[in-house]
Amino acid sequence: MQPINLTSALAAGKDFVEKVRKASGVDVKACYQCGKCSAGCPVAFAMDYTPRQVMRLLQLGLTEEALKSHSIWLCAQCETCSARCPRQLEPAKVMEALRIEAKKAGFETEDEIATFNEKFLRSVASNGRVFEAGLVIGFNLATVRPFKDAGVAPSMLVNGKLKLLPHKIKGRDAVRRMFEKAEKMEGEHK
Amino acid sequence: MRRTGVFVCHCGSNIAGTVDVERVAKEAAKFPNVVFATDYKYMCSEPGQQVIKDAIKEHNLDRVVVASCSPRMHEPTFRRCLESAGMNPYLFEMANIREHCSWVHPDKEKGTIKSIDLVRKAAAKVVKDEPLQKSSIGITKRALVIGGGIAGIQVALDIADAGFPVTIVEKEPTIGGRMAQIDKTFPTLDCSACILTPKMVDASQHPNIEILSYSEVEKVEGYVGNFDITIRKKARSVDMSKCTGCGTCWEKCPTKVDSEFDMQLGKRKAIYTPFPQAVPNKPVIDRVNCTKFRTGKCGICQKVCPTGAVDYEQQDELITEKYGAIVVATGFNQFDHSVYGEYGYGKYPDVITGLHFERLINASGPTMGKIKRPSDHKIPETVVFIKCVGSRDEAKGKSYCSRTCCMYTAKHATLVHEKIPGSKSYIFYMDVRTPGKGYEEFYKRTAEEYEAQYIRGRVSKVYQKGDKLVVRGEDSLIGRPVEIEADMVVLANAMVAREDAGDLARTLGISYDKDNFFTEAHPKLRPVETHTAGVFLAGACQGPKDIPDSVAQAGAAASKAIGLLSKTQMESDAIVSNVDESRCSGCMICKGICPYKAIDAKLITERVGGKMAERQVAAVNKSLCQGCGACTVACRAGCLNLLGFTNEQILAEVEAVCL
Amino acid sequence: MKYAYYPGCSLHSTGIEYDMSSQLVAGKLGVELKEIPDWNCCGASAGHTTNHLLGLALPARNLAIAEKEGLDVMAPCASCYNRMKTSEVAVKSSEETKAKVAEVTEMEYEGKVGVKSALEVFVKEAGLDAIKSLAVKNLGGMKIAAYYGCLLVRPVGIGFDDPENPMTMDDMVTALGGEAVDWPFKTECCGASLPTAREMVGLKLVYDILTMAQSAGAEAIVTACPLCFMNLDMRQNDLNKKVDNANFQLPVFYFTELMAIAFGEKPAKTGVRKHFVDTSSVLAKYNLK
Repeated sequence: MQPINLTSALAAGKDFVEKVRKASGVDVKACYQCGKCSAGCPVAFAMDYTPRQVMRLLQLGLTEEALKSHSIWLCAQCETCSARCPRQLEPAKVMEALRIEAKKAGFETEDEIATFNEKFLRSVASNGRVFEAGLVIGFNLATVRPFKDAGVAPSMLVNGKLKLLPHKIKGRDAVRRMFEKAEKMEGEHK
Repeated sequence: MRRTGVFVCHCGSNIAGTVDVERVAKEAAKFPNVVFATDYKYMCSEPGQQVIKDAIKEHNLDRVVVASCSPRMHEPTFRRCLESAGMNPYLFEMANIREHCSWVHPDKEKGTIKSIDLVRKAAAKVVKDEPLQKSSIGITKRALVIGGGIAGIQVALDIADAGFPVTIVEKEPTIGGRMAQIDKTFPTLDCSACILTPKMVDASQHPNIEILSYSEVEKVEGYVGNFDITIRKKARSVDMSKCTGCGTCWEKCPTKVDSEFDMQLGKRKAIYTPFPQAVPNKPVIDRVNCTKFRTGKCGICQKVCPTGAVDYEQQDELITEKYGAIVVATGFNQFDHSVYGEYGYGKYPDVITGLHFERLINASGPTMGKIKRPSDHKIPETVVFIKCVGSRDEAKGKSYCSRTCCMYTAKHATLVHEKIPGSKSYIFYMDVRTPGKGYEEFYKRTAEEYEAQYIRGRVSKVYQKGDKLVVRGEDSLIGRPVEIEADMVVLANAMVAREDAGDLARTLGISYDKDNFFTEAHPKLRPVETHTAGVFLAGACQGPKDIPDSVAQAGAAASKAIGLLSKTQMESDAIVSNVDESRCSGCMICKGICPYKAIDAKLITERVGGKMAERQVAAVNKSLCQGCGACTVACRAGCLNLLGFTNEQILAEVEAVCL
Repeated sequence: MKYAYYPGCSLHSTGIEYDMSSQLVAGKLGVELKEIPDWNCCGASAGHTTNHLLGLALPARNLAIAEKEGLDVMAPCASCYNRMKTSEVAVKSSEETKAKVAEVTEMEYEGKVGVKSALEVFVKEAGLDAIKSLAVKNLGGMKIAAYYGCLLVRPVGIGFDDPENPMTMDDMVTALGGEAVDWPFKTECCGASLPTAREMVGLKLVYDILTMAQSAGAEAIVTACPLCFMNLDMRQNDLNKKVDNANFQLPVFYFTELMAIAFGEKPAKTGVRKHFVDTSSVLAKYNLK
């Protein structure tokens, strides 16, 4: 394990921490590392860094490690951490901001989650709404598991829970423009 | 033409760093009546004061302005300096260019201009200053101690030993306070009652100490040296002079009530003493729960009392007494954790607090000293302690550290290990803070020899699963979530101010902080005084404290009170209200306004149209007046003036700055 | 009472029962629901974790349409509700955000109308008395675990119920004669899309919730979110196959289904026959068929 050169790490991470603060409204310096976020996090068991450790990485300026963590993708955005933080910080918002930045930087360490999100948004961008059948089939094909969840499809079709064709809203062009504008205003993705 | 000298202080770099002090002095030299102006590194130092004294002589000064810090800090210093140079100390003004300029204005140019303005203002006022004289007043050589816990008892004993009479006013039926509820004390593990009860007895038998239990301070009037205190002696329903404390009444009383002393874990009767060693060891009737008071039926205690002491007709009694000094020692409350939804909103019976645990482990407690969990009286094998509940938590509790919890939790874990063989304790902590003598060593023993497993992390959730309590935390040292199935959870709840602390502070005219703890006059240099002269603080009413600190502070507060009571006469300030009798119409509105009863009507004789006539005017008792200024604004004719702050003086300041 | 109705994508597909039963309950309670014309997906939760502004703008377009009609929005899906609420609060509290959102949506949303969850409208606002008076059937003491999920009561401070121990649905269950079991996982997260994207991580969350409900003695779970519903209902079969000794057969209801049934609607009309886990036996046990 290499020792961390904190002098350079802190200096190098300063601007990024400020960026996170602007995007999320959270000043990571205020975190006193109690771990209550991670203790209550439903997904912490599967994370490489607990939410507290993600905050710590930012405190120490270890930006890239934070951006490459799986945790920011596994976060379910349930806001339990934010609800219980004794310093009234909102780790969930930091996770959100980091995920956005990670995507921009091209670090998508959780392929499946990233793919799912992308397919989801592509579906919204082209139809105005999510086309669930298309989303799940597309996702499963993309992750090379074409028959996952296939068992439930017939009964869902019968029950009217699965539509074979997407519903396209009239304002789908407006929605697509929203995607384009938001992307332009928030900075291009790689 | 007055001869004013202006002295500008650098305060090291405190002022000189952001204010151009030389320029301030140079500008000041140009002000009317200023004949000398200079600057110096530390005006308050011995050589600095010598600069002033030399200048007074050399330039024949009759007025002095010092531009430095707040008058709260050094006004007395400079007044003494003038006095030793042979001047009247009230021919002096201070311009606060530190707190009002250098510390708050980063822009040197603007800060300097403002400093010059403040000096101009002071120089304009000082020429209007008149020599003033102090007066003096006698002192009531008696002290009142509010609160009869360990701090109050210690204060009372110390003052009484110095030879002054002391009254302890305690709102509970007995003195003893929180320490009486505690089982063992850290870091020595000696029995709390064994060291407290002798002191309680000492207090009750001391010829100079009077204990008014079941009593509360209702009203405070007067001022330092001469307070008039009204005390409500709540109706005890027991005649103290007849009762022998034999205990027959509470043995026979049929009504059982949850015991406050045992934190609702045990029962007491409706007529009761809170615990066996109570002082005074005489019962009270809890009228809310007593059957006789609720329904009119019963009356057993009266029937069985061998001395006829039970008196259902007894009324509250109000007494007013004079005291020279007051020491406030009202202690603390335990934080109410029912705001923690994630710990079950206080609804899980086996999630208890530190004080509950003290009662569970106490030999005279509800379980006779056996640690049994409240729900099913099973002896717990796995006990989880959670620290910082309500402390260091601005979201749900208090931002401060409660100081005592690290140690009492270590003590609890030690006692669990001693009392329950094969048990295991887990302690969730954020930091372990043990800055007391022998404290760190105690903590180490707890972790190393008494098998308490310390886990660094705040607990996020406690929930009931069958007859276990599941505790979820993160071991933040390895960064993994952990889960413990516990039999009992003990929360180290914060120490918080008494819920009625704000009311008492307003009654006493003392200040309190955002958390309702009483505020000391200076955090470092006047830790037991308040901003109200003659009122002192001891114990946890000023902030969280353990027993050694409370006792030490009690000794300090007692010595301050003794110092005050030892004086024969007390000098009162010369800044008092003054009546211009020629303009006073004698309406006496001022008399009703004065909080110190310093104004009275008097008759004067004057010549009106060649005849002598008598007329009523207001007169200020200069010893009683505290210089608050309330009367000066109430006076319709504007004939009342606060000496040192007369209308003329203030207007001179306003003109100097605004015109 | 009249609301702009925002069903969200789920209520037109996997959560169709929630839509059916909400319409029935609204009819009985006299709540008029007018579907937002040409509404779009709120983006949850991929939207706001991909592009912050997009995450605010997608719900804002729907809110803007509702605002034109002068109606507050009712969003039954907890996730849609949470995103819309976040957007509403963001626009209300910052002029800068408001302007940015307007630029992206090309529509004005002033924050004059807001969003409410179905639970808020049908239980809190309608009131337990009205619910009791409309009930013609009694849940007969059916032991039910009210599961709110994470997002319905968050963010803390702007939600309509307690973030750790919400009671709105429990009160409704009790009012209809059911027994709301006291259990500690009311607001634990079900993982939302995780069971789809990262199956074994997501399934653990669902497993824990179902296990806890069972050990609390629940015969059924009642929920107010289509994502929670899908995870708890559809994933039981997965869990039984993939986890040793798992054998879940715990019926899951939307709270609106139970209300509609208690109000005298035929169960089939409420959507309970469309569930993956059989609901007929527990309904039969309490004479609710």
